[in-house]
Amino acid sequence: MKLRRTFLAFAAGAMLAAGPAQAVDMAIVSGDTGNGLQVLREILDQFEENTGNKVTIVPMPTSTTDQFGQYRLWLAAQNTDIDVYQTDVIWAPQLANQLVDLTEATRDVVGAHFPSIIESQTVDGRLVALPVFTDAPALYYRKDLLDKYGAKVPTTWAELTETAKLVMDKEREAGHTDMWGFVFQGNAYEGLTCNALEWVKSNGGGQIIEPDGTISINNPQAAAAVEMAKGWVGTISPPGVLAYQEEEARGVWQTGNSVFMRNWPYAYSLSNGEDSAVKGKFDVTTLPAGSGEGARSAATLGGWNLAVSKYSNNPEAAIELVKWIASPEMQKYRTLRTSNLPTIQTLYDDADVAREQPIVPRWKDVFLNAVPRPSAPVKIKYNEVSSQFWTAVHKTMSGEGTAADNLAELEISLTKLKGAGW
Amino acid sequence: MAQAGLTLEIAVPSARRSQLMRQRARSAWLFLAPMLVVLAAVAGWPLMRTIYFSFTDASLADLEAARWIGFANYFSVLQLPSGRDIYDGLLVDPVWWRAVWNTVRFTVISVTCETILGTIVALVLNTEFRGRGIVRAAILVPWAIPTIVSAKMWQWMLNDQFGILNDILLRLGLISTKIAWTASADTAMIAVLIVDIWKTTPFMALLILAALQMIPTEIHEVAKLDGANPWQVFWKVTLPLIRPALMVAVIFRGLDAFRIFDLIYVLTPNNVQTKSMSVFARENLFEFDKFAYGSAASTLLFIILGSLTILFMWVGRVKLGGGR
Repeated sequence: MKLRRTFLAFAAGAMLAAGPAQAVDMAIVSGDTGNGLQVLREILDQFEENTGNKVTIVPMPTSTTDQFGQYRLWLAAQNTDIDVYQTDVIWAPQLANQLVDLTEATRDVVGAHFPSIIESQTVDGRLVALPVFTDAPALYYRKDLLDKYGAKVPTTWAELTETAKLVMDKEREAGHTDMWGFVFQGNAYEGLTCNALEWVKSNGGGQIIEPDGTISINNPQAAAAVEMAKGWVGTISPPGVLAYQEEEARGVWQTGNSVFMRNWPYAYSLSNGEDSAVKGKFDVTTLPAGSGEGARSAATLGGWNLAVSKYSNNPEAAIELVKWIASPEMQKYRTLRTSNLPTIQTLYDDADVAREQPIVPRWKDVFLNAVPRPSAPVKIKYNEVSSQFWTAVHKTMSGEGTAADNLAELEISLTKLKGAGW
Repeated sequence: MAQAGLTLEIAVPSARRSQLMRQRARSAWLFLAPMLVVLAAVAGWPLMRTIYFSFTDASLADLEAARWIGFANYFSVLQLPSGRDIYDGLLVDPVWWRAVWNTVRFTVISVTCETILGTIVALVLNTEFRGRGIVRAAILVPWAIPTIVSAKMWQWMLNDQFGILNDILLRLGLISTKIAWTASADTAMIAVLIVDIWKTTPFMALLILAALQMIPTEIHEVAKLDGANPWQVFWKVTLPLIRPALMVAVIFRGLDAFRIFDLIYVLTPNNVQTKSMSVFARENLFEFDKFAYGSAASTLLFIILGSLTILFMWVGRVKLGGGR
């Protein structure tokens, strides 16, 4: 391998004395949802054509929780095989020490991105990852079915519950026995933290841990929100929803078996695909609001970024690769193919994007007002905080104890975890 | 055998014999050495590291910076200013004990079912019938499939909406609504058990079948001539004769079941109802920033497994020795 590379470099050097830098092999690791990896491959093909470098994709499971464990292990082992990691918006503080500081190298391009996203990937003044797309979930609804039964688009969770039940019952009576009202991500993993944070926040129940580090989760409004979600399981949502991640929820929705779905924007273009049973029959809106004081529609901020491993053998080439994938042209390409939300501000006013993926310009305000998960205040302990939160919610929803009890217990264990400070 | 040894002892002068013994011992060690070296490198060293880390505050982000903190990962007492004592550590962690309980429950139920089903399958395979060879090969298929693959396969079959299992049960009229096998708290462990029993029964059946085929047919014939019914033949003749092999099979399976990880990790990740000790350890080691705590859990798991092995070996020796 090394010999071959040396030989190639020698040959190239001999042929064009002042040619481009020597070609290198790199590896990028990324999870997969929908057609995400396929589009990434297309983007990489263009990169390879342009630079002569080779990039291999190392595919990972969909679950962000699984990805993180593996990445952490690779980084701890100082693995040189992976050059570029696709990282979740919440990981920056936990992995910062093992990622290359991109501040200098990206000084010319960061200005085009939304400052809040750049801020989220900056740890102690070091930009550790460059954003490629952002995420804020939507409520997908079946326009055709709501019209059919004269129901209007719900703006509160109570309305959603009522409408879902109504349409589901009517559809089942009409012979569609597999019909359900609402699917979301109820599996015990990071996705449930996102979903439950939305229920709690939209009901005026705070955001688990506030930006100043205080633990706020144990309050009646939060408990009411979780109890409400528990009430869905087995009534308007299939009991199996407690094992659903994004793709399982999309499976039920896209085969036409659910009236509503909570999912990220990537599902928009897939639901409009040729093989989709709901093509042209659905629309999206913001997630419903709860009731009580401080209730409002809340969407959890998601998004993915690219980071360069400190142990990469080709950091310069890897940084070029990251800048390529995050560039306005490639973000536009990705958005047109996958309906992922770009992080480049001007793309929200782009005519092609507005025509092909109408959800994108509509979603600008949603993601700008999105609720961040408490990864900033709790820093390196975020995964454990999140795990304790989703466990408390999952336990409640699968019938082990009441929301009030489980959240009270959660407060105690979070306090213990916090110790003297986060 | 004893006779031959005795003749040898008389024939060989004592000085030469001990030299021979020494030589044999030397070559034995020589032959064992490569394996011992490999074992020390791939099992001994990581084990020592894990035990060491369990007494430190190691974090995966920087393993070199680990500091010795004694038994704090296992147990520590913190006195609040108010005078109240707060207990902390693995030994008082309810999540850990829940994982222990899940593992014990899983092991006992799965090994019991696998032993009973395995015996039945072995008894059937031990009788003469046409196509026995094919059946014997076919029954090993579940065992031959890698656990990750079979777990993923079953995950689809157990899926509440598209799963074939719900479909079959619905068509047969055994259930009225689709069951969310891996999601619901009541059935998550059952789902794991179903897959494990499906996968491992062939292994048990094979070991028991091997034991059954060692039994001379005359013994069964004599028992039949004496007027014993098949039930009596099984309990009074077959079972005592295969008991040593059965014990070994149960011990192997039991120890194997105690460190269950892959199946649960794929089928029901993060569910508190099915989280086993190994899953708990992995979660702390790699997902949370608690490498040392996870090491402590791994160490405890090792101690539990080690003690069980010694216990089984001791019980097994007593029983086997008494039986001969």
